[in-house]
Amino acid sequence: MITLSVNKKTYQLDVDPNMPLLWAIRDVIGLTGTKYGCGAAQCGACMVHLNGEAVFSCVTPVSRAVGQQVITIEGLSAGNDHPLQLAWQELDVPQCGYCHSGQLMSAAVLLRENPNPTDEDIDQAMAGNICRCGTYSRIRKAIHHAAELQKNGK
Amino acid sequence: MPTNSLSRRKFLQLSSLSGTALCLGYYFPLSADAAQILNASAEAAETEIELNAWISINTSGKVTIFSHRAEMGQGAFQAIPQIVAEELAVVLKEVNILFAPGDNRKYGSQITGGSSTVRSSYKNLLKLGATAREMLTEAASTKWGVSKTDCYAEAGHIIHRPTGRKFHYGELVVEASKLKVPENITLKPRSAYQLIGKPLKRQDTPLKTNGAAIFGLDKRIPGMLYASVERNPRLRGKVKSFDDTAARKVPGVKDVFLVKMKVFNTDREGIAVVANSTWAAFQGRKALKVEWDDSGFEHVNSEDIFRQHKEILETREGISFRKTGDPDPILKQGGQKIDALYQTPYQAHACMEPLNCIAHYQGDKLEIWGPIQGPDWVQDYLSEEMGLKRENVIVNMTFLGGGFGRKAFMDYPYEATLISKQIGGPVQVVWTREDDLNQGPFRPGVSYRCEGMVANGEISAFKVRMAGQNIDHFSDDKRGEANSSATEGFLESYFAHLKNVSFADVPFETPIPIMWWRSVYASTNGFAFESFLDELALAAGKDPLEFRRVHLQEERLQQLINKLEAVSGWKSRKKNEGYGTAITECFGSYAGYVVKVSRNAENKVQIDQVWAVMDCGWYVNPDTIRAQVEGSVIMALGAATIHEVTFKDGLAEANNFYTYHMPRITDAPLVEIHVMENEADAGGVGEPGLPPFAPALTNAIFDLTGKRIRNLPFDLTSV
Ligand code: FES
Ligand code: FES
Repeated sequence: MITLSVNKKTYQLDVDPNMPLLWAIRDVIGLTGTKYGCGAAQCGACMVHLNGEAVFSCVTPVSRAVGQQVITIEGLSAGNDHPLQLAWQELDVPQCGYCHSGQLMSAAVLLRENPNPTDEDIDQAMAGNICRCGTYSRIRKAIHHAAELQKNGK
Repeated sequence: MPTNSLSRRKFLQLSSLSGTALCLGYYFPLSADAAQILNASAEAAETEIELNAWISINTSGKVTIFSHRAEMGQGAFQAIPQIVAEELAVVLKEVNILFAPGDNRKYGSQITGGSSTVRSSYKNLLKLGATAREMLTEAASTKWGVSKTDCYAEAGHIIHRPTGRKFHYGELVVEASKLKVPENITLKPRSAYQLIGKPLKRQDTPLKTNGAAIFGLDKRIPGMLYASVERNPRLRGKVKSFDDTAARKVPGVKDVFLVKMKVFNTDREGIAVVANSTWAAFQGRKALKVEWDDSGFEHVNSEDIFRQHKEILETREGISFRKTGDPDPILKQGGQKIDALYQTPYQAHACMEPLNCIAHYQGDKLEIWGPIQGPDWVQDYLSEEMGLKRENVIVNMTFLGGGFGRKAFMDYPYEATLISKQIGGPVQVVWTREDDLNQGPFRPGVSYRCEGMVANGEISAFKVRMAGQNIDHFSDDKRGEANSSATEGFLESYFAHLKNVSFADVPFETPIPIMWWRSVYASTNGFAFESFLDELALAAGKDPLEFRRVHLQEERLQQLINKLEAVSGWKSRKKNEGYGTAITECFGSYAGYVVKVSRNAENKVQIDQVWAVMDCGWYVNPDTIRAQVEGSVIMALGAATIHEVTFKDGLAEANNFYTYHMPRITDAPLVEIHVMENEADAGGVGEPGLPPFAPALTNAIFDLTGKRIRNLPFDLTSV
């Protein structure tokens, strides 16, 4: 049995300790906001927070998350109102939307660590997340917008 | 939070529409010519047609609109309701949107391809909204005993102008549903639109910022198992034997068996591993020992393919596709002649959401859930393959994590069906990224031999021969005919001006499975034609934009060229700046680009800015157009400078994103987008922005460096 804390809830899972966290979250716990894109730490669709750090859940064995705080896109905010979520909605960033759980989880760490990111900071922090629909210019704009919202205490 | 009104729960609640309601939809009789609007309660009963409405308004006034097209990022989920709500006079936010299941008798063609959603349906959708509004107005005027002309519709209410009395739609649906569908509906003029033409927010965005949107891979059915299939990595090879002893020992693995199916008129064989989680299925696959049988198949290599293209283009005339005058005698004369070979690679669709599909086969019935571009195609195809009644094949839509043409093909729902049949229960078949990149079908690689002559500053002869696989053959064997897309992307207006022009297809085949890829042949044709136009302009000693202005006399294109010139500062360009332009036509829309490049501090070529001018004629949402152009630039940039699928010994070498690299945020250039306003009919939006980007970029690079790029992809950092 593996005990996991995901979005502040505790789960008991009967899974192989080597199962990647991604599949434990999606197929066993049933939270499908975290996406599979490559399974190889290449695309960032599977990004979650492990004790506040952005990790590729597709290459993180579930055993590594034991005793840690896992936050997924479903737990980023209670009301879909994290400054980044509001900015994403304001600028209609997603197209197909498949990559954006991961994009938001990466951006959330950036914005926490660097409340005033430049374009270069954004590019660097977001380079691990692929968007096949090509929403990159809106991602940049939305992160700047979210930084404003965060400053104004939204 | 108001923007989040469209929660997942609401979608589910709505799946059982019941009670009294006004339901209007089109009926598309198979043989008759005109689609007909029917009123579900009154007329459908008479004609014994079960009508699944496009609009349905219930007694509480709740409006539900069925989106009959896939939402794969291109904005159909927004555009369809935005059109209907305009004439129906309802607040868009208060409208619920559901995906319609596959059924082309009810919804007409549902294939999301050819950038056709708006352009093929907007007239019907406007009429549908207006018809419902008229019926509600008539019901209200009868209830009040007043003249219909004194009543008007606004924000989900019918209002009596002289007294200000109002009914909300819910209070009228019972009466309205008993009325006959009126004919001769008057539609609003574009100038009176309140929703259409406005950059309204997408209704699906909030679902895509908190993980609530359900993509195919997120769908769950009670009792569902997961499966993954080890297919012969050699395209179209077979299984000789396999040993599943180790695979069956993987915890969670339930079953392992051979799946055989027809794909592209040949067999595809693989070993399915069924398990209680996706990961267990993947692990089971890794533990398989399979011996493949590749006999009888050509083991293709990319180098050979492109060498053969070149050979046949040098020695054969091919099948003529379109010809005006005769360029050949002119090309034999002396003068300013150019003879150039352009080559474009095979590409993968690489949708962010890998292919997947749920099937639940139940003997006389089959239910499908998945990210599907053509649910009606899947319904037709599977009912035929499985010998089931059409109405017993239910194809449910989910959001698509990208499509780009790949998810219009029926192989993955079919494969899921065979696996479900074998295990006797519901199953979700998941493709890995590796499967997605190395199994195809791919965009075909195409080579073009372009010959041209200029005289007196204009083109006197223009001759193109293409060699590349023909997608037409896969639906219907059309060997012996020229590729029907040989001129796709080339502006019709050139034909009006050019006196001696010819396009021909030199047939070329390989066993590589191919398929439409965003903007189809325009994505490769556009590069060859618009680069070559640039070569001819320079040979004629003309400015490339001016040269196009002379050759493209159509008013819309003149306007587009003026706009491009004005916004890009084309005329005031400075030294050490390279400017390039290209204009193409795709699915009824015109797109023109100017790209500006320069050398950075490390002497590497960089893209400083991109200007795009889109002329889609009648359009719904300018922000959707912008988003589609932004995305097209990135996708085109990737295909031109970053990735390609190569083949070696019959294997696709693309494996995962570490071999098939993707453009990333660090590659995204600055793009400024302008949308033309005119009275032209609606054109496509999702694809037309893609084809002109690559030639505008390489034309700019030529302008800066004098280096002509004729082969894609090329490395931008080493130009
Ligand atoms: S799925 Fe984890 S990085 Fe792509
Ligand atoms: S929005 Fe489609 S992959 Fe990013």
